[in-house]
Amino acid sequence: MAEFTPVNLITGFLGSGKTTLLQRLLADPALGDTAVLINEFGEVGLDHHLLGRIDETMVLLASGCLCCTIRGELASAIKDLQSKRERGLVPSFRRLMVESSGLADPFPILSTVQADPVLRHHFRLGSVVTTVDAMNGIGRPESVKQVAVADRLVLTKTDLVDDSTPLVAELRRINPDAPLWTAAEQPGAADLFDDIARSPLRAIPAAPDQPHGSVQAFAVAFEGALDWTMFGVWLTMLLNRHGARVLRVKGILNVAGSATPVAVHGVQHLVHPPVHMAAWPDTDRRSHLVFIVDGLDRTAIERSLRAFLAKGPMRAPAVA
Amino acid sequence: MCALCGVLGGAGDWTDAAARPGVFTRNVGSLERRRERVNRVACAQRVLGFYGLTLSDWQASSFMLSTLTGKTEIVDNLTHLWAAAEKLTGRPCDPLDPTLIERLEAGGG
Repeated sequence: MAEFTPVNLITGFLGSGKTTLLQRLLADPALGDTAVLINEFGEVGLDHHLLGRIDETMVLLASGCLCCTIRGELASAIKDLQSKRERGLVPSFRRLMVESSGLADPFPILSTVQADPVLRHHFRLGSVVTTVDAMNGIGRPESVKQVAVADRLVLTKTDLVDDSTPLVAELRRINPDAPLWTAAEQPGAADLFDDIARSPLRAIPAAPDQPHGSVQAFAVAFEGALDWTMFGVWLTMLLNRHGARVLRVKGILNVAGSATPVAVHGVQHLVHPPVHMAAWPDTDRRSHLVFIVDGLDRTAIERSLRAFLAKGPMRAPAVA
Repeated sequence: MCALCGVLGGAGDWTDAAARPGVFTRNVGSLERRRERVNRVACAQRVLGFYGLTLSDWQASSFMLSTLTGKTEIVDNLTHLWAAAEKLTGRPCDPLDPTLIERLEAGGG
């Protein structure tokens, strides 16, 4: 079966430098076989003009804001590309990049790729790259969410500010785990788009426990092997009720019956297919989970997970 | 699709994947697959009991979720289970509910 084509999402608030980043990346030979979907936001399609690389594999969505109409349109745009690729009407591409509108919630885009009955057989989710403007920071709720779901962060316009350290600290409070570059460092395609499954969890810095507004990132560690099925019961239940507030869950699990760890990775209601890692990254055999939540109680999440994973039968329910 | 009830099957759920017998496979290893499904029912039942719900395996392809009065829904996987449970009971199934957690802690020793 053909390889699944990774779909990378480039997101970031309005004017945060997404197109500039994309422009530079597309000049990179490593991304020569990439199809790009650009969302035109506003009247003139300025982003599109700025990009300056137009060929038949590129589809311009002219629907306005991505977040309100993208479900149908993004899916059909990708399906159209897929159909043209299969028929040989466009050069075969090995990667698809979607640039989202600055106001867009990234989740519906990710969900489209994973949930669409056709797309999910041809495409898989790649990394989410979020650009953050060092001058304007992350004041808006949309940009906080974009930072929370990022697999890679790129800080732009750092030459326009004296000191971006406070902003970096703020970003780390929301997303302690994603590798961060400044645009000036010119991160390449390999830095930004390598397989997220292969780097499931980096060393989590000393947990920045202070929340950013209602958004809080925290890590939980478990001794011993855990029961995968019970973990699935817990996480599906949590996401069903609170999915919109679980901006991110990511971790390495020591699963009973498996010699190597299993990496899990979820964004809101969406959980990527778990990946069996070839080996443990170090000598630590504990399960580690990182949560980025919005308005959920950290203690309750941890206590609930531990209660679910504890062995033993459930008592009969009290009869009302 | 099941011709009898119109249930569409086969959409893999993330909870189906794990490196142990019976979880990856759909067409081979039927014994392990059945065993894993029984395990899955038992795990979910630890929690569903709290809501007065019963889960059972249905033809090794779906699950049946029933209330004490017999109202029943067919669910494909764990992800669909909770929406169905909330629909049947008319109340939220919240893993962060302190009463549920206390019950699990008491049961889990």
